[in-house]
Amino acid sequence: MIKVEQLTKNYPGVVAIHNLSFEVDKGEIVGFLGPNGAGKSTTMRILSSFMPATSGRASIAGHDVFTDSLKARRHLGYLPESVPLYGDMRVNEYLRYRGSLKGLSGKKLRNRAEIVKELCSVREVENKLISSLSKGYRQRVGLAEALIHEPDLLILDEPTIGLDPNQIRHVRELIKSLGKRHTILLSTHILSEVEVTCSRVIIIHQGKIEASDTPENLVGRIRTSGTLRVEIRTGGDNPAETLEKIAGVKSVAANQEDGWHRCVIRVEANSDLREDVFRLAVERRWTIRELTQDRPTLEDVFVELTHTDN
Amino acid sequence: MRRLFTLLQRELSVFYYSPIAYIVLFLFLILNGLSFWFAIALLNRAPSENTVVQVFFNSAFFWIAYLLVFPVITMRSFAEEFKLGTIETLMTAPVQDWEVVLSKFVAAFIFYMSLWLPSLLYFLIFGSLGNRSAIGSPAQIFAPYLLLLVMGMFNVALGCLASAMTSNQIVAAMISLVLTIGFFFVTLINYVVNSSSPILREMTAYVAQLDHMDSFSRGVVDSRVFVFYPSMTLLLLVVTYQVFQYRRWKA
Repeated sequence: MIKVEQLTKNYPGVVAIHNLSFEVDKGEIVGFLGPNGAGKSTTMRILSSFMPATSGRASIAGHDVFTDSLKARRHLGYLPESVPLYGDMRVNEYLRYRGSLKGLSGKKLRNRAEIVKELCSVREVENKLISSLSKGYRQRVGLAEALIHEPDLLILDEPTIGLDPNQIRHVRELIKSLGKRHTILLSTHILSEVEVTCSRVIIIHQGKIEASDTPENLVGRIRTSGTLRVEIRTGGDNPAETLEKIAGVKSVAANQEDGWHRCVIRVEANSDLREDVFRLAVERRWTIRELTQDRPTLEDVFVELTHTDN
Repeated sequence: MRRLFTLLQRELSVFYYSPIAYIVLFLFLILNGLSFWFAIALLNRAPSENTVVQVFFNSAFFWIAYLLVFPVITMRSFAEEFKLGTIETLMTAPVQDWEVVLSKFVAAFIFYMSLWLPSLLYFLIFGSLGNRSAIGSPAQIFAPYLLLLVMGMFNVALGCLASAMTSNQIVAAMISLVLTIGFFFVTLINYVVNSSSPILREMTAYVAQLDHMDSFSRGVVDSRVFVFYPSMTLLLLVVTYQVFQYRRWKA
């Protein structure tokens, strides 16, 4: 659905994206991650034919976004980050205007307008001026607009920014349900969102792709060592010293509270020492109240890949 | 074609749904009314060889209204899209750049022409009240409107260009005002240099808006303006198109 080959975009004095290549297949929901200024919006703007790349090629549904831009745009629903809307129009007017720009007319246009108003829950404000809408409604009107012509591909630049937790959940559900019929490329900062909605994640940093995989594989691949959290009551001896003797333990940090020792054990990557800790406790007649292995999250992956020491 | 119509409809609705349009229309009518009253008052005072139409279209009130209206009409067209960022949604819909430029120009032009309709009504009513000779022949009434059509086309295009150059409506209005008045003042060179430089005088005669109106309001239709203004309009629209595309790609 999307094919990007060696895409580069230079702004005066700055390289926004450098030699970016990736593909998105039909039916995928791809999360586009990266720190601010990594080049996410730039890539999306090039894909939506809003601006040309310095070099490289990109195509949507087989149509080059630059040379065959009009055809490429017909397959595309795009929601820019700032959600620009005309404040002087009513929601109904706006949807009808945009629908007819995108080639809908007559009964089809009316039907689609009804469907997207329902999908994005903007029916209750359909006759209001857009300038009077709250951020959450504006966001959903923008999404309704992007969907109106049933595009094969949806490009959403931070679709949940500025929404409250309920609205975020609603939009997330909406995106998930849209994924059945549309291909979606979305950018976001909310990593938990990506973990539940996206089938694949592309992480870009300083204009280059750092990783592209399923969220599970990315988490599995992470090299950072895991941690083990233990809460024990000992007879009086110091647990840290004893625990450090277990093979595979890198370090132990412990503090005491009401007679309970709270230990955070850093262990080597891909090792599970819970059994060893348990056996040690039995041997020493310690009481265990908690024994948990912390799994690395997508957030850890993100931080590891995009962290720079400035 | 249907897309162009949709765009045009949207652009026209911006004019006719906004209160600003009616404020412009209101002020425009006041200036036109003053100009009309001035013409009749002048003819009432003493017999004159000039018709009402002639005095109307050569009064200061008329020219003030004419020159000031363009920045007000056109300042919004492109600048607002850039400012709101709606340029991004507009240009990622399947529309072509020239369609956007053309629809904005045509909408502003239609609004401009509609501003003149009330004054045409003044003359028709005045004429029907039995003052045919004071009004002149039908050709004398309609000739100035023909000139307003082609001259306005040029000035609207100038305003569109100014608006495409910036994201700030006020700046757009300023640029447009300077260009419009600057162009108008070329006429005055005609009076200053007078006979000393016949070539310069000849050249400025092509663009002298005051002189054009003087001859058209007498009913003398000069065909040169029908070549000059439309071709200049086309040139300005092409430049506007280039500027618009440049700013979008640079964004």
